[in-house]
Amino acid sequence: MNKYMLYLNSKRCIGCHGCEVHCKTNKRLPEGPLLCEISHEPLKMVGGVPKTEFQFRSCYHCEEPYCVPVCPTGAMQKRADGIVFVEQEKCIGCMACVGACPWGVPQHNPATGKVVKCDYCLDRVDAGLKPACVTRCTTHALKFVTLTEL
Amino acid sequence: MTTRSVWSMCGMCTVRCPIRVETEGDEVTWIEGNPHLLEGALCAKGSAGMALLKDEERPLSPMIRKGGRGAGRWERVSWYAALDYVADKLNAIIKEHGPESIMMSCRGGPFMDLIKAFCHAVGSPNFSNHDSACGRNVHHASLSVYGLGRKDFVYDLKKCKHLILFGRNILASLRPAEVNQVMDMLDAGGTMTYVDVRQTLTGIKADRFFLVTPGTDYALALGMIHEVIKQGVYDQEFIDRYVADFDKLVAFVEPYTADWAAKECGVKADRIKEFVTEIGSQRPKVVFHPGWMLSRYRDSFYASRALHILNVLMGNVEVEGGQIFAKGAGDCGVKGIRSLDAQVPKPTAKRADGVGWKYQHFDKGPGLFHLFYDAMLTGEPYPLKALICMRHDPFTCFPDPQAQKEALDKLDLLVSVDTHYSEFGWYSDVILPESTFLERDSIIATQKGPKPRFIKRNKAIAPMHDTKSLYEIIKQLADRLGVGQYFPGSSIEELWAWQLEPTGFSLKDFDAKGFISLTDKPVMFDRNHLDGKFKTPSGKIEMVSGKLTEAGLESLKPYESPEKPPKGHFRLVFGRSPVHAHSHTVNNPLLYELMPENTLWINKRQAARLGVNDGDLVDVGVCGCSGTIKAHLTEFIHPEAVYMAHGFGRQVPLQSRAYHAGMADQKLMKGMLQEMDPAGGGLNLCECFVTVRRSAKNPKRMVEL
Ligand code: SF4
Ligand code: SF4
Ligand code: SF4
Ligand code: SF4
Repeated sequence: MNKYMLYLNSKRCIGCHGCEVHCKTNKRLPEGPLLCEISHEPLKMVGGVPKTEFQFRSCYHCEEPYCVPVCPTGAMQKRADGIVFVEQEKCIGCMACVGACPWGVPQHNPATGKVVKCDYCLDRVDAGLKPACVTRCTTHALKFVTLTEL
Repeated sequence: MTTRSVWSMCGMCTVRCPIRVETEGDEVTWIEGNPHLLEGALCAKGSAGMALLKDEERPLSPMIRKGGRGAGRWERVSWYAALDYVADKLNAIIKEHGPESIMMSCRGGPFMDLIKAFCHAVGSPNFSNHDSACGRNVHHASLSVYGLGRKDFVYDLKKCKHLILFGRNILASLRPAEVNQVMDMLDAGGTMTYVDVRQTLTGIKADRFFLVTPGTDYALALGMIHEVIKQGVYDQEFIDRYVADFDKLVAFVEPYTADWAAKECGVKADRIKEFVTEIGSQRPKVVFHPGWMLSRYRDSFYASRALHILNVLMGNVEVEGGQIFAKGAGDCGVKGIRSLDAQVPKPTAKRADGVGWKYQHFDKGPGLFHLFYDAMLTGEPYPLKALICMRHDPFTCFPDPQAQKEALDKLDLLVSVDTHYSEFGWYSDVILPESTFLERDSIIATQKGPKPRFIKRNKAIAPMHDTKSLYEIIKQLADRLGVGQYFPGSSIEELWAWQLEPTGFSLKDFDAKGFISLTDKPVMFDRNHLDGKFKTPSGKIEMVSGKLTEAGLESLKPYESPEKPPKGHFRLVFGRSPVHAHSHTVNNPLLYELMPENTLWINKRQAARLGVNDGDLVDVGVCGCSGTIKAHLTEFIHPEAVYMAHGFGRQVPLQSRAYHAGMADQKLMKGMLQEMDPAGGGLNLCECFVTVRRSAKNPKRMVEL
């Protein structure tokens, strides 16, 4: 059972792309890999105002991840609390997981030659903190939800 | 390795958010908004400060020009050599032409005291900043109505019921604290009305959107004033008490009916009328934002003035959910911090930009930068010989860099103090590299508001390269120029202690939260006793400004329709994206990745007429000057206008990412350097008309092998 979830209050999100950079700087990622993404549909007229809302996407931390079984070294793992993460020491950069994930979520990190993906900032979560993207979200639109709370 | 936590202030844009930084050894590992003020919130640019630190495409040591100006041949030198060079030149200039021939400018903001003090200590009155290409119209409009500057009020957006924005793209030109107030207000059921020539990040959150004909903001504001008076939804009591010449306003707006405004602006009259009815039921918690960057149209000063007047009609002064007097230390019963500038004798020479003598109605503070170019060219009232720009890039901020260069060629010394390569820096004689905000301390500043505070920037790590803080640079130059006595102490810690001494606080008081709060509860004046608070000649809120009248200028200026774009032309408008702080960040690796170039927004129907498809390259031109940029087609921009984000099209070769990426609007503004609103002092930057053509550079074939 997944314990956590990232939830975006799209009414509050202003599409400033802060979360994308918060995530990258927290993981010291170079140009290239992007572990979460803010996107929007084209603007549409709603009651005389051209409108759209923003969506946030990172890894889905699938109940049955496609990326885990294909990993030849066991670097890609799913924890008991549902977090799917790459153990950097074990990753050999074969990119098998990238091909297996239907959404192309795992990314190549040119700085290490290994794979990097959203891991819900597990080091922070384990230290009792919120993920980087949530902590620094410009408008506090992004929430880290513990599912039992729902 | 030990982890340290440092209170500081972001410096990626001029908002200067309070932040908390974590370091491990000499590495910055974490930046977040100060939890006590921002609950961690930080924007993309703030986070990308970590990439700025690591970026080596910024000046890493002092540089002195070798070849011709702008040729890009530099010699890296030591700080001793660079500062001696600058000081020797300045001393020679002072000897021959007097200290007033030196000019200094900056980006404005809370640390200006240091720069102003340096300029005045050297003996020159010619201190300036970028504001004539930004908020001067708003500031002067505020002075003409209240006798108070634009920063003498803060807006209680969180508690307001209706926020009206005229082209103020408040969620993209973002200030995190303010953005959160707006979102809280919307969450609580508040209303937002957005007026612009295009739809923006802000407008998509609005409840009402007026897509107006470019250049007609003043007409819409006049129509609203007319309708407010006609429907009788103004605060009669407040007006009786504090406003002078209300009857003149009433007579003046008589012809400017909602129906008239609707026609002029291209909106529906009924929508103006129902809007006014709505705000009538919400006042006084209604805020008309008077504008921020309002150096736009010929009548932007008057548009801003009309917005200030609408606030007065709402009676929103010093009420919750309205505009609140910005309180300082004195209002909390605390002595203010010591000012460096206040210790320096005021230079007696008159300002070379004419402000204070030729132009009596303008605020003397930073004067008007663009007017100095005239003085450079003519040598009147006296020759200017040196310009030091501190984190200010006039070539990006003002129109027509070529014309600026011609004027600057009359000067013997151009110095750029900056964290990145500015276009001005590239043309200058000496680049003095300032440390990034993570590597530098800044003087203590007062942040005014209902709950004022003292705050300062503390360096998180020692400079990674041979750079210095502005404090160190100014102190060491001042010593060399023989005016070091005006910068007390031998370190920033000693200066901080000196600044703080009269307040009764000590440096330790910053430790808990990174700032010193001067009050627990918001300080509010008694709204029934505001007499004496308005600093106009009459002491009242002036519908007819005594100062403007004295200068022979109108206060209630009859409306004139904007120029229509000539056949085949569009009006060029520009603005901001949330991921860049104008040109400052375009070369930042992480922000460049998010937005590597700007595009030209053009109305779909117009594009179809021109045979332009989305993503096509188009040539955008104006009399002999043109550039190429990708087209972005949208229904939601007025057909008369085209738009691009400001700050792109940079031409500093050492910025490999930003070099020639996208296009620069200001370079198309040929001959517009002196096009200023004579009443407001702001430049008319959106009075530029351009042609748009599908570019011949679009690929026609693709040969492989
Ligand atoms: S930082 Fe927050 S407000 Fe900004 S885009 Fe991300 S989720 Fe939206
Ligand atoms: S990487 Fe893809 S497959 Fe693996 S958990 Fe995330 S979304 Fe699922
Ligand atoms: S939870 Fe962490 S890793 Fe995942 S997107 Fe947010 S910041 Fe990135
Ligand atoms: S708005 Fe962003 S870049 Fe500007 S000071 Fe605040 S965090 Fe820094």
